[in-house]
Amino acid sequence: MATTTVARGKAAAGSTKAKRKAPFPVEFYRSALGKKYVMAITGIMLMGFVFAHMVGNLKMYLGAEDFNHYGEFLRELIVPILPRTVALWLLRLGLIGAFGLHIHSAYSLTRMNHAARTVKYQSKRDYIAANFASRTMRWTGVIFGLFLIWHLFDLSWTGTGATYVRGEAYQNVDHSLSRFPVAGLYIVANLALGIHLFHGAWSLFQSMGWNNPRFNAMRRNFAAGFAAIIVIGNVSFPIAVLAGIVGN
Amino acid sequence: MNELNLTLKIWRQAGPDAPGSFDTIAAPGINDEMSFLEMLDVVNERLINEGKEAVVFDHDCREGICGTCSLMINGQAHGPQKGTATCQLHMRKFHDGQEIVIEPWRATAFPIVKDLMVDRSAFDRIVESGGYITAETGGASDANLTPIPKPVADAAMDAAACIGCGACVAACPNSAANLFTAAKVGHLNLLPQGQAERFSRVEAMVDTMEEFFGSCTNHGECQEACPKEISIDFIALMNKDYLKSKFKNRKTLSRG
Amino acid sequence: MELNSKIPDGPIAEKWTNYKFDRKLVNPANRRKYDIIVVGTGLAGGAAAATLGEQGYNVKAFTFHDSPRRAHSIAAQGGINAAKNYKGDGDSVYRLFYDTVKGGDFRSREANVYRLAEESVRIIDQMTAQGVPFAREYGGLLDNRSFGGAQVSRTFYARGQTGQQLLLGVYSQLARQIGLGNVELHNRTELIDVVVVDGKAAGIVVRDLLTGEVTSHSAHAVVLATGGYSNAFFLSTNAMACNASAAWRAHRRGAAFANPCYTQIHPTCIPQSDDFQSKLTLMSESLRNDGRIWCPKSPDETRSPELIPEEDRDYYLERRYPSFGNLAPRDIASRAAKVVVDEGKGVGPLKNGVYLDFADAIARLGEDTIRERYGNLFEMYERITDESPYKVPMRIYPAVHYTMGGLWVDYELMTTVPGLYAAGEANFSDHGANRLGASALMQGLADGYFVLPNTISNYLAPQLGTTPVPTDHPEFQAAEQAARDRFAGYLAIGGTRSPDSFHQELGKIMWDHCGMERTKESLQEALRLIPILHEQFKTDLRVTGTGESTNQTLEKAGRIDDFFELAQVMCLDALTREESCGGHFRAEHQTDEGEAERDDDHFAHVAAWEWTGDPGAPNRHTEPLEFDNVHLAVRSYK
Repeated sequence: MATTTVARGKAAAGSTKAKRKAPFPVEFYRSALGKKYVMAITGIMLMGFVFAHMVGNLKMYLGAEDFNHYGEFLRELIVPILPRTVALWLLRLGLIGAFGLHIHSAYSLTRMNHAARTVKYQSKRDYIAANFASRTMRWTGVIFGLFLIWHLFDLSWTGTGATYVRGEAYQNVDHSLSRFPVAGLYIVANLALGIHLFHGAWSLFQSMGWNNPRFNAMRRNFAAGFAAIIVIGNVSFPIAVLAGIVGN
Repeated sequence: MNELNLTLKIWRQAGPDAPGSFDTIAAPGINDEMSFLEMLDVVNERLINEGKEAVVFDHDCREGICGTCSLMINGQAHGPQKGTATCQLHMRKFHDGQEIVIEPWRATAFPIVKDLMVDRSAFDRIVESGGYITAETGGASDANLTPIPKPVADAAMDAAACIGCGACVAACPNSAANLFTAAKVGHLNLLPQGQAERFSRVEAMVDTMEEFFGSCTNHGECQEACPKEISIDFIALMNKDYLKSKFKNRKTLSRG
Repeated sequence: MELNSKIPDGPIAEKWTNYKFDRKLVNPANRRKYDIIVVGTGLAGGAAAATLGEQGYNVKAFTFHDSPRRAHSIAAQGGINAAKNYKGDGDSVYRLFYDTVKGGDFRSREANVYRLAEESVRIIDQMTAQGVPFAREYGGLLDNRSFGGAQVSRTFYARGQTGQQLLLGVYSQLARQIGLGNVELHNRTELIDVVVVDGKAAGIVVRDLLTGEVTSHSAHAVVLATGGYSNAFFLSTNAMACNASAAWRAHRRGAAFANPCYTQIHPTCIPQSDDFQSKLTLMSESLRNDGRIWCPKSPDETRSPELIPEEDRDYYLERRYPSFGNLAPRDIASRAAKVVVDEGKGVGPLKNGVYLDFADAIARLGEDTIRERYGNLFEMYERITDESPYKVPMRIYPAVHYTMGGLWVDYELMTTVPGLYAAGEANFSDHGANRLGASALMQGLADGYFVLPNTISNYLAPQLGTTPVPTDHPEFQAAEQAARDRFAGYLAIGGTRSPDSFHQELGKIMWDHCGMERTKESLQEALRLIPILHEQFKTDLRVTGTGESTNQTLEKAGRIDDFFELAQVMCLDALTREESCGGHFRAEHQTDEGEAERDDDHFAHVAAWEWTGDPGAPNRHTEPLEFDNVHLAVRSYK
């Protein structure tokens, strides 16, 4: 945490902090650098999910039967090694954990950063390298997080319209996205996600210490490419629904 | 040689706890051959002649090497010229009639001493916690005993070029000192002499750094502000060593 | 005043070894019973504080910077000499010793220089062990470059930032001791007075630069490593805050000041561009390896340099010194530039420089090779002047750079006040009348790491069981009160002129009358002008602000006050030294060809000045210099 230094160079023996006793992963997580690792690792997990989610949803273009079958396939994952839906629930638990840690580390790092500059610059900053994406991470994250909750209500839990029928995935998507405001919301949220990924998918390499000047230029391209693929894929769904490509 | 008529908005603050505000000072007839700090010298001479108190700002060598000078100039640490400390910035980078806003570095760990002067002792605390190789006077072996590959020596030198000015912290939207700490860690951890304390060093220095500063979110603003153009590649290197310091088992193997 | 240099007996190569064996030691367990004050945290002070801390003494270190890492040692560019003979080109301790004595124009103490050459070898080992990234060859071994005044390659370097890297090494060791609690650091704290009780150094009085508070610190011994006094000239290559106050205050308390007239003028600095210029920037001497120095033949020349044909150019160094040419030593190259500028042949808007031209080298070697060798220097030059040396010749002019004079010290680095030591540029001992390039870093580190920590125990050992004089002793109280009154006095004058305006004027007097070339008349004129200006300073100074918070105007006033007094003894020393040697060139004493003419019969001695209370009339004492190992010879670079 941010501490104001004493105005004088007083001697302090060794590290100024008392040695903390905790299991090493916890101790690692207590440090900001550790949190950045957690942020990066959970980020990779969430990126994997986002990518799979987008690819799976492409089945929408194959019609209702394939799409609903895909839902069923997820529930049947690695049956008979595990009973039906158990694998899916394990994945979901993993995702929930990743989300939780991702959000918690983001929250505590943000607090740390605010404390590190309690008095802001009183004149306008002129940024050179920090871009819109990097400076809005917490906002694009929050926007997408809120959307996600709405998205779960909309298509998994209760539905947000009278036509919601549990289990009829294709029809639910069609009905929900046919509403202009909802389609708009999906587009905005996915743009936020894209911006978040544009910085996050680059930043994780730095946080994890994956740095080799030979490949460094590729990191930015990877992040931009990954963000673009996710945005194009996900935004295509509401557009396709509105355009009548998908739907009854 | 051109004459510039400038308007300066300079942060004035009587002491660490006093409230501060911008003071607008007209600076007519500035020779564009001057360095930025010479311009401030002229402004101060004029203030003294008017019976007013001179603006306090940190400066010393004026050759871009001691790292004493600072200043946020028009929203950029060390002003608009890349790879240049404020003392080496010259007035020809500004144009006639321009308004120049000068603010001190702002970070909780860099409290304002007075006007534009801040206290950067937190950097010293980081170095004191581990930014050294334990090599007490007298016991060194011959300097050529351990050959050091030229690329390693060169990379260490790139990191060691850090002048400790604090521009990285000032420029960072999070007031993080990761570039400073990474430069110090990188310099010593790359060299063969630094291997014995490599992991204890990075652990102690990062932990101390986090007591004072914010966290790195990889904006890359620091390397743009750095007068020695130190790369954020060193931050990645530090992150890697920090992870190893926590997970390497040699620490737990010893019973000492 | 007695000047006992305490040089040990025996052949020169064994003196230091014998001394180390014969000196008194302090048992490791007893060291914590001693307090030592170290003022200044550059190479010499930082190294001494760190080493004494390691050895177990209680050390208090003082710096007026915000951090020890800012000291001006950091600005040294070229390198550090050491008699390692890694190149196998015939270097040895003896050769480094010989070169340094000769380079110093036979005005240094043989025993000290030999010790410096001996310890130079260990410096490189020590600094490498601390992680200084010296330049390496592809095989991984240390690289060397050659430097002026030597015919062997013995200069170790870290790009153009050798001083920075060495200081960061020293700082890291000091930081370690601070972290361990062995050294107590007082930053932003300036020495105001030295306190002497019963004829021994008892401690210091300091002023907190943040609050103006004046306090005292006492100890068994006090080390001053506070640098040189080039800023007496106002414009020099020294940092803005470099000052002579610590040394001068010690002088006023009884420490003799030796050879104050020995000032080194560096030939390749960027000329002054306007009256507001605050300092001069040095361009490494190495540029003279490939650049050709010239000026126009006619004082009325108005063409731009590339349009001036060969026949209208005067390559005056190549003309006057055919064998050394552009690589003539610093003092000679500097004086030659002054001669042509004084003749009105100077170049640049203010006609105050000469050209250092790389056109021939670029044509011969290609721009890439030149960029590889000097790229960073060319960039720095362009940043300052907005001219590209690849296209137009650089403009250079000499500037004050280093002062060989300083507090008189004996072989143990003790001043004439028992218990008060001086190390690094603050003392006078090793460079004679002229310092060779890459030797300042060597001396600072040798003093701080290897000499002082060995000699100080000889003074401390007999004091076992004594406690430092308490700071409420009347001497401390009186010194504190005097310090408070002095600073309150500057604020109370309420005159019309800023400290800087006085400093500028003093600097001009010194540069014009006691600069590169001195005459009896010019020095007498300076000695007439300085007291008048000092009197004005005392009555017409204006310091705004208060003494209770950071006030850089007030800090300057105190330093300039001391420069006035020091400047007078510099001129007096130059006046009484009726010869030319090294950095001291008296126009009356030159050969027919305009070369410096030494007078070994009358001036082969150190002049040490004793404070009498009147800055215009100090007492001069001499310490004869004996040369048993090096033969006195005339330096010739024709």
